[in-house]
Amino acid sequence: MTGSTRPPPGEPAKGRGVAEVFLGCRAQGRAALIGYLPAGYPTVDGSVDLLNALVEGGCDLLEVGVPYSDPVMDGPTIQAAAETALRAGTRLRDVLSVVERVSAAGGRAVVMTYFNPVLRYGVDAFARDLAAAGGLGVITPDLIPDEADEWLTASDAHGLDRIFLVAPSSTEERIASTAAASRGFLYATSTMGVTGARDSVASAAPEIVARCRPHTSLPIGVGLGVRSGAQAAEVAAFADGVIVGSAFVTAAEQGGAAAVRALAEELADGVRRAVRPPHIAGVTVGR
Amino acid sequence: MGALDELTTAYEKARGDREFLDELDRLHRDYSGRPSPLTDAPKLGGHAGGARILLKREDLNHTGSHKINNVLGQALLTKRMGKTRVIAETGAGQHGVATATACALMGLECVVYMGEVDTERQALNVARMRLLGATVIPVTSGSRTLKDAINEALRDWVTHVDETHYLLGTVAGPHPFPMMVRDFHRIIGLEAREQVLERTGRLPDAIAACVGGGSNAIGIFHPFLDDPGVRLVGFEPGGDGVETGRHGATLTEGSPGALHGAMSYLLQDSDGQTSESYSISAGLDYPGVGPEHAQLKDLGRTEYQSVTDREAMEAFSLLCRTEGIIPAIETAHAIAGALRLGRELGPDGIVLVNLSGRGDKDVDTAARWFGMIGAAQSAAEASGTAIADAPPATAPSPSGSDTGSMQR
Repeated sequence: MTGSTRPPPGEPAKGRGVAEVFLGCRAQGRAALIGYLPAGYPTVDGSVDLLNALVEGGCDLLEVGVPYSDPVMDGPTIQAAAETALRAGTRLRDVLSVVERVSAAGGRAVVMTYFNPVLRYGVDAFARDLAAAGGLGVITPDLIPDEADEWLTASDAHGLDRIFLVAPSSTEERIASTAAASRGFLYATSTMGVTGARDSVASAAPEIVARCRPHTSLPIGVGLGVRSGAQAAEVAAFADGVIVGSAFVTAAEQGGAAAVRALAEELADGVRRAVRPPHIAGVTVGR
Repeated sequence: MGALDELTTAYEKARGDREFLDELDRLHRDYSGRPSPLTDAPKLGGHAGGARILLKREDLNHTGSHKINNVLGQALLTKRMGKTRVIAETGAGQHGVATATACALMGLECVVYMGEVDTERQALNVARMRLLGATVIPVTSGSRTLKDAINEALRDWVTHVDETHYLLGTVAGPHPFPMMVRDFHRIIGLEAREQVLERTGRLPDAIAACVGGGSNAIGIFHPFLDDPGVRLVGFEPGGDGVETGRHGATLTEGSPGALHGAMSYLLQDSDGQTSESYSISAGLDYPGVGPEHAQLKDLGRTEYQSVTDREAMEAFSLLCRTEGIIPAIETAHAIAGALRLGRELGPDGIVLVNLSGRGDKDVDTAARWFGMIGAAQSAAEASGTAIADAPPATAPSPSGSDTGSMQR
């Protein structure tokens, strides 16, 4: 537990929660590296080791995935890992314990979850227990702000950041309303599509980030596709956060914690090598 | 969301556009063969407490089921949106066949996702789709049935959204699908209401329909919602019996939850993970259900009961032998339901049944169920022979099943 660094109930104060992570990175003139792995993969204990390896390798923020039976926004790599975790008996309460353990070890974590497990657990209860475990916020890929009243209330009550997604197909109106409901950062999908390691960073990524800027002063994280240091540098040149998921799952599959740490090091080096134009380097990190 | 917003706008515009509606009417009439007939089933009624059973013959539509109603509407909409590629999920293959058909007609590229388990039990429909020029992609993730086919179709859609329309085949999924698909199927109930009034001089006492996602049921129920004297009863797949846990009875056994972008009833565990459903019928083998059914259930306007595999297959056999109609196994659940309702109502009762699809695709499954052929043999091989004593086939079986040859 990292109770001393947690914000008090209510909205996270400036410099707390996820905003603090981005502020720290901005002070170094770089984007944040955000690493995803599903809790419970390959086992609950194993996932704690892998997440700790992400931190050791240089991830600034952890995205702890809730394994789910129908992960429609994820590709085959992450679905297979989720199925492994579920077959091993991973429960939502195990995810909370993973968050608690990686937070106690010094990691800063948000949870990425499809919404039905949260509905079933109870939206307020989940927010309460996640905050108590040291979690900073939740990424909700299949929840739109229009239908998120209960979650907006619960995240306010328990001081959690809430990260919604925008895509290249989002209208200006939807980008604006999604950004207005988000706190911590705004999650932009880099290529139209589901998560999965890709060879090149699509041109859609800089475009969607540029379209988001006028609507928000929030940091913008770009996900879904990066797997090399060079790609991380490419994304870090225009985004405030580089989100990596499938590549870490593949690394874990092939080489365990050592491979995950090595990949994180490569990517962390990438975000430090990026050449960021002044108008981005100086972007205000707010809420 | 961008694609859903675009679709909502396009549909709102089309539904009030005379040109669109005229074109759809023309296709229904000249291509599907609408209106579908209403058939009296007196011999079946004799097994249902003497009640009068009326069959709304959606099985006689082109492609053999109600699915064509929705598909023609959405395919026209695809053209209006300027998209060139259509994807669809399918369980029994009826929606896939209808989609492949409409795409062939309208010159659209067609990709159909189908659970691997379903490609095996509905092999005939896989062949039909391929003959119609569609690409069929067997889905090997999860339970390898309809739910997983929807997952894969959603993934395809978000990846290729610019040129692709997802032609969803049931009243589930995110808005506007439940509303739009319902609207395209309302023609079933609108026609049936007039036909029953004309034939009998009154409204039916009850309407029976099978419910997987719920499209044929909502289509026939909807025009009767304001007729309080008409019981609207949906029959869900009870599989091996709901007490065994192997079933797909979402409304009768499930609990509220979110799946595929809609809040409805859901078969799920205490952690909100979707449970695997089971039914002998691929088209009903789905752990979710359309959200409007959930609302109508909660309002008390509709009722839902489950029908086991065994009851459905008994009804299947009875309809074949009494009326000379081979129904889809999905539809057989509604027939079983109509028998129940008829027995409750007695000789003065009138039960309207949505005969949603024909059973050609299920001949193998039925022949196995009734012991006409061995477990892994196909009906095409066994036809015209003394089945029990059939010698091993010399030619490879049409389904290419090596294990089948060995078991014989």
